Amino acid sequence: MSRRFPPIMLALLLILAGCASHAPDQDSTAAPDTETTFPVTVGSVTIDRQPTRIVSLSPSSTETLFAVGAGPQVVAVDSLSDYPPQAPHTQLSSLSPDPEAIAGYRPDLVVTSADRDGLSAALAKIGVKTLVMPDPKNLDEAYDQFLQLGRATGHQAEGESLARQTRTDIDKIIADTPKPARVPTYYYELDQTYYSATSATFIGGILGRFGLKNIADGNDPGTSGGYPQLSAERILQSNPDLIFLADTKCCGQNAQTVGARPGWSTLTAVREGHVFPLDDDLASRWSPRLVDLVRAVSDAITRSQ
Amino acid sequence: MTVRRPVTRLRPRTVLLAGLVLLAVILVAVLVGAADLGWQRVLGELWAQLTGGRSPLSEREAAIVWQLRVPRVLLAALVGAALAAAGATFQGVFRNPLADPYLLGSSAGAGMAATLVVVLAPAATGWVQPAAFAGALGGVWLSWLLGRSAGSGTATLLLAGVAVGAFLAAVQTFAQQLNTETIRQVYTWMLGGLAVSGWHEVLTALPYIALAAVVLCVSARLLDVLTLGDAEAASLGVRPGRVRMVLLAAASLATAAAVSVSGLIGFVGIVVPHLVRLLAGASYRVVLPLSLAGGAAFLVVADQVARSVLPGELPLGVVTAFTGAPFFVFVLRASRGKVS
Repeated sequence: MSRRFPPIMLALLLILAGCASHAPDQDSTAAPDTETTFPVTVGSVTIDRQPTRIVSLSPSSTETLFAVGAGPQVVAVDSLSDYPPQAPHTQLSSLSPDPEAIAGYRPDLVVTSADRDGLSAALAKIGVKTLVMPDPKNLDEAYDQFLQLGRATGHQAEGESLARQTRTDIDKIIADTPKPARVPTYYYELDQTYYSATSATFIGGILGRFGLKNIADGNDPGTSGGYPQLSAERILQSNPDLIFLADTKCCGQNAQTVGARPGWSTLTAVREGHVFPLDDDLASRWSPRLVDLVRAVSDAITRSQ
Repeated sequence: MTVRRPVTRLRPRTVLLAGLVLLAVILVAVLVGAADLGWQRVLGELWAQLTGGRSPLSEREAAIVWQLRVPRVLLAALVGAALAAAGATFQGVFRNPLADPYLLGSSAGAGMAATLVVVLAPAATGWVQPAAFAGALGGVWLSWLLGRSAGSGTATLLLAGVAVGAFLAAVQTFAQQLNTETIRQVYTWMLGGLAVSGWHEVLTALPYIALAAVVLCVSARLLDVLTLGDAEAASLGVRPGRVRMVLLAAASLATAAAVSVSGLIGFVGIVVPHLVRLLAGASYRVVLPLSLAGGAAFLVVADQVARSVLPGELPLGVVTAFTGAPFFVFVLRASRGKVS
């Protein structure tokens, strides 16, 4: 709607909207393009009208918003949101969000993965709703966020079908992956100082569904919040069958750099070429592109047979 | 024992004792590690290497011992020795018991340089160490220039160090805020640790630390003279400014080498020299050599704790402070009255 008004009119409108408290009027120009009827309640947040100016501070949510068809409603995404390419990239920080900078994009809905530094309270003061889409604990919670983001943006049907489709695709890839007779062990690397993720984490849970055993689990997969720093000694002693590298983009690691580490050339995974680089971004997000990650893991397991 | 003569010379018995303690600590650290190989089997491997016999370890287990554990223990010893000797030197030069090796901006310089590499060239992980080394030396050099331009004496140098440290830390924080996604890498480095260490790190740090250790031990007598005050020192034919420069350069070289391979490990540079003073005497001819041995032993033990308490790794800087502080208080109380 904003494109049809001269900027001065828009400014006037905004001033008026800021001063007076109107009754929620029906938006005539941007008619809801799906069957969603507002207001909708997502979690503890009630959204009165279909959002038309969304700011996303979470790379995962940015991908999901575009996948459910809410892309045209997104006016700004944070500095780490780099997919899809047409997302309106800005310098907004998601790790230390600045309510004033966010308000500058005049959002009617802000989506974030964590309510840091009292962000939602600050935005509530200027009448902006904040939707928190936290790190999911498992795939079901990730699919559920597709539904919620669809509902919150007036794309309920797309959200539902996206969640259904992603679930079907991932289940099929996992079911079609050959199951080895002996349970293979794996080491999942987050950075080159040997931070890892146990089975208690989102990514560890996905790899666990392939029937792999995680060497970081030890006696209690919950230690260190599921992200312990392993010692090189322990990795070598565990001699994992597969090594997954989620530090290819951040830290420039690959099969060669891993093989060149002191002592690592004695590992079975290194000798047999079972060191598999993953896309760091895919591995740390919970967007519809999880299908690509699951496929990469499936390919790795298939090749290592 | 009515008159206590100040101990100015190392007794052979003390040297022997310190050497034996250090050797014992290193041996235990090599026998027991994160990987549960069984200490008898590791001992068998050591024996096999000495005598050319058959080792009970597999090739991969031998790699754990020789490629990971031994270099890590030796690096801990090197870094501990460097930090403790540098700390003792700084305390002597500034005649301040709270001086530590990071006082002149070396930690802030190293931190800033390491952060800039992580932020600007995230894939160039091999550059973090040389950058931290250069940054540490650069920080000290800046402090020295600034201090000299403001006047002579240790007080201005100390203040210059504070100013340079604050400025470089601000640059580091700014660079980090602009690139918050790299915050964990920087944080891991700042907490200090030897999780990723091999022979490469040992051989990189060894020449600088060995050179500094020799210079410091040889000039220990000059440091004793400096503690009398500049006027007194000058009357004994010592040029205080020149001596201070050489001592600080050597101590900073050792600190820079230590910081570049292990990140920021606090407390060693303060605790160990004071323990040595309390136990063996205050002359730097005693304090410096024993700080080298004591710092090495202390950090080997601390790293042993860091790698074996949890299934994962603990930051080494946390362990040194957590174990060092209570032990220090205990020794202070036990030797009440001996500290002036």
